[in-house]
Amino acid sequence: MTETKGEKILDKKFSRRQMLKMTGLGAAGVAIGATGLGGVIKTFGMDFLDDDSTVTNKVTFYGKHQSGIATDVQKNIYFASLIVLVKSKQELQELFKMWTPLAVRLMNGEMIGDSMTNGMIPPKDTGEAKGLDAANLSITFGIGPSLFEKKEFGLTSKKPAQLKDLPHFPKDQLDDTYTGGDICIQACADDPQVAFHAVRNLVRAASGKVSLKWSQAGFNSVPVVNNKKQTPRNLFAFKDGTENPITSSQKDMNEVVWVQSGESKNWMTDGSYLVARRIQMHLETWDRTALKEQENTFGRHRDSGAPIGKKDEFEAMDIDRKDDKGNFVVPETSHAFLAKSVDARILRRAFSYSSGIMDSTGSYDAGLLFLSFQKNPDQFTKIQNSLGRIDKLNEYITHRGSAVFACFPGIQKGSYIGEALFKTL
Amino acid sequence: MKSKSLLAILLAGSVIVTGCNSSDDESTEKKSSTLATTNETTAIDLQAEVDAYKEFAIDQMDQFTTETEKFVVAVKSGDIEKAKGIYPTARMFFERSEPIAESFGDLDPRIDARLADLEEEGQGKENWTGYHKIEYGLWVDNTTKGYEKIADQLLADSKELRARVETVEVTPKLMMTGAVDLLNEVSTSKITGEEEIFSHTDLYDFKANIEGADKIFTILEDKIEAKDPELAKNLTEKFKAVNDLLAKYETKNGYVSYTELTKEDTKALAEAVNHLGEPLSQMGIILE
Repeated sequence: MTETKGEKILDKKFSRRQMLKMTGLGAAGVAIGATGLGGVIKTFGMDFLDDDSTVTNKVTFYGKHQSGIATDVQKNIYFASLIVLVKSKQELQELFKMWTPLAVRLMNGEMIGDSMTNGMIPPKDTGEAKGLDAANLSITFGIGPSLFEKKEFGLTSKKPAQLKDLPHFPKDQLDDTYTGGDICIQACADDPQVAFHAVRNLVRAASGKVSLKWSQAGFNSVPVVNNKKQTPRNLFAFKDGTENPITSSQKDMNEVVWVQSGESKNWMTDGSYLVARRIQMHLETWDRTALKEQENTFGRHRDSGAPIGKKDEFEAMDIDRKDDKGNFVVPETSHAFLAKSVDARILRRAFSYSSGIMDSTGSYDAGLLFLSFQKNPDQFTKIQNSLGRIDKLNEYITHRGSAVFACFPGIQKGSYIGEALFKTL
Repeated sequence: MKSKSLLAILLAGSVIVTGCNSSDDESTEKKSSTLATTNETTAIDLQAEVDAYKEFAIDQMDQFTTETEKFVVAVKSGDIEKAKGIYPTARMFFERSEPIAESFGDLDPRIDARLADLEEEGQGKENWTGYHKIEYGLWVDNTTKGYEKIADQLLADSKELRARVETVEVTPKLMMTGAVDLLNEVSTSKITGEEEIFSHTDLYDFKANIEGADKIFTILEDKIEAKDPELAKNLTEKFKAVNDLLAKYETKNGYVSYTELTKEDTKALAEAVNHLGEPLSQMGIILE
């Protein structure tokens, strides 16, 4: 995919083993330049692919936390929820082991397989990302509560108390077609084809081992002013994510997003819980709503994103403010007021979607693929319960899909996705 | 072209099948120059397998002609029920050996075209012949009247097909792409109920396509086993999974109507076929 480094090396068809041979197996632990073909590294008798730091628009795979959470939000997402078909713990473990080097390659902007030598079988990589760079691709893996219900994996005792289906919320109209799943793969990139390619190839490599339950593509557009990324707007034109914790702040992230030691099952330390909601937004009704009513619905001004009665997007909401007559300035039924009424924070990482037309009504099937990361799904539940039946926004939206996933901690070099879960068994 | 020379070496002794896809050649062209030399020594002899497959195809075509004759007699004697009974099972012989039948670009549509296929080419009912035309008569018009000529033509075409099968140059490539094509047929038209749009006997075709692919696998199994035992095992399992699923819809005389399948049923069948298709597409490793 990357025309510079990866391409040249791929064309030479070096397998990882050949590379090791060429550079001398004796030099154990020495990186073959942290540069070439994702740098093949040998440590503790294991060779593995490494992040290629020379690649442009590259998000790092290895680290304390998985990518795609604190990563600056990209323009595109392809989100897939999978059902596991394998029947044993070992096969499940093998699945994540198999995916690990593929994810490294994809995030390096490489093809998942070496060049083909046999024209009589299909290429390993589906190929549509060839010629494109890494496009800041991040791949995030998580597992759902249903995986722990499958007795054959013997994972029951490893199920975190926090990982359970979300409760029913008022006005939920959940469709099984967009609900649940054993495994999720969240692929985000600044190029829609790169994001789709990542999921497509990971699922294909796992043919017969997983099947797709549901998936959703989404998009985001991030305005840039003076080189500074602004908060993206949802399809109702309001800014989404203003109140997010600051992803570069370790303190903020540790308080809100990353599971700390002792807060959940040990294998989840440095991981995070993902809540996914497919929320249909009724664009037709929204578009015939007066501006003032729109702003009272969100509790913010549309253009500036500022709390009602204020000028700047990032000014404090101060929901207690009242006007001369003693009425709340930010309406008590507004989305922001209700969300702010509870002491809970989440990291929103939402994407808009547009998936054709609703069969039954002829209206747009468009809305928000709401994704939020938090150290405990209860943080989301608290906020959603506060919105409850009162939220004025309810009139314009319908929650159609719902899922919750435990996203593993980051992967260490030489390890594989979810190792902590399997190792403790 | 370079790739042609590669194939010629790989498929030593066998002539490239008629209708060999030229775009395939283009896509492999770049890689082939270096490969031809490396693979020359490893090209394996598949003559016995090729012969076995040809024998199978000829046998299927024999039975297809015999059954078609019975079908045509029933149609011409106005026995609608009898014709309806023979229709799905006679077609299975054709569907099993479709990789061969398909190599005759003129005969295949005369025997097996659906109205939708013709309409795509801007043609109408008046140009429609073959099994599906009579299917329309039996299940929609509820008559055989006016279909006698079509029936005669069908029998003549079947016989011609049977005769011409002898001339087909069967190659390993035809077998391997044929097996995957059979599954693709299932995935794109049988599982959607579009093949037998009037009779809804799609599951018969489904089963026959799977059997056709299974036959090719069985013939090549030893060679695959020798090269990659895991692949052979995986394929055996995946064929079984599809067949076990299909068995759920068996009746005393055949298969339930497509219309009785729920969305969940078709989804499960389609997924099982996809899970079989991926490893099936790897059979080409024996040519490495």
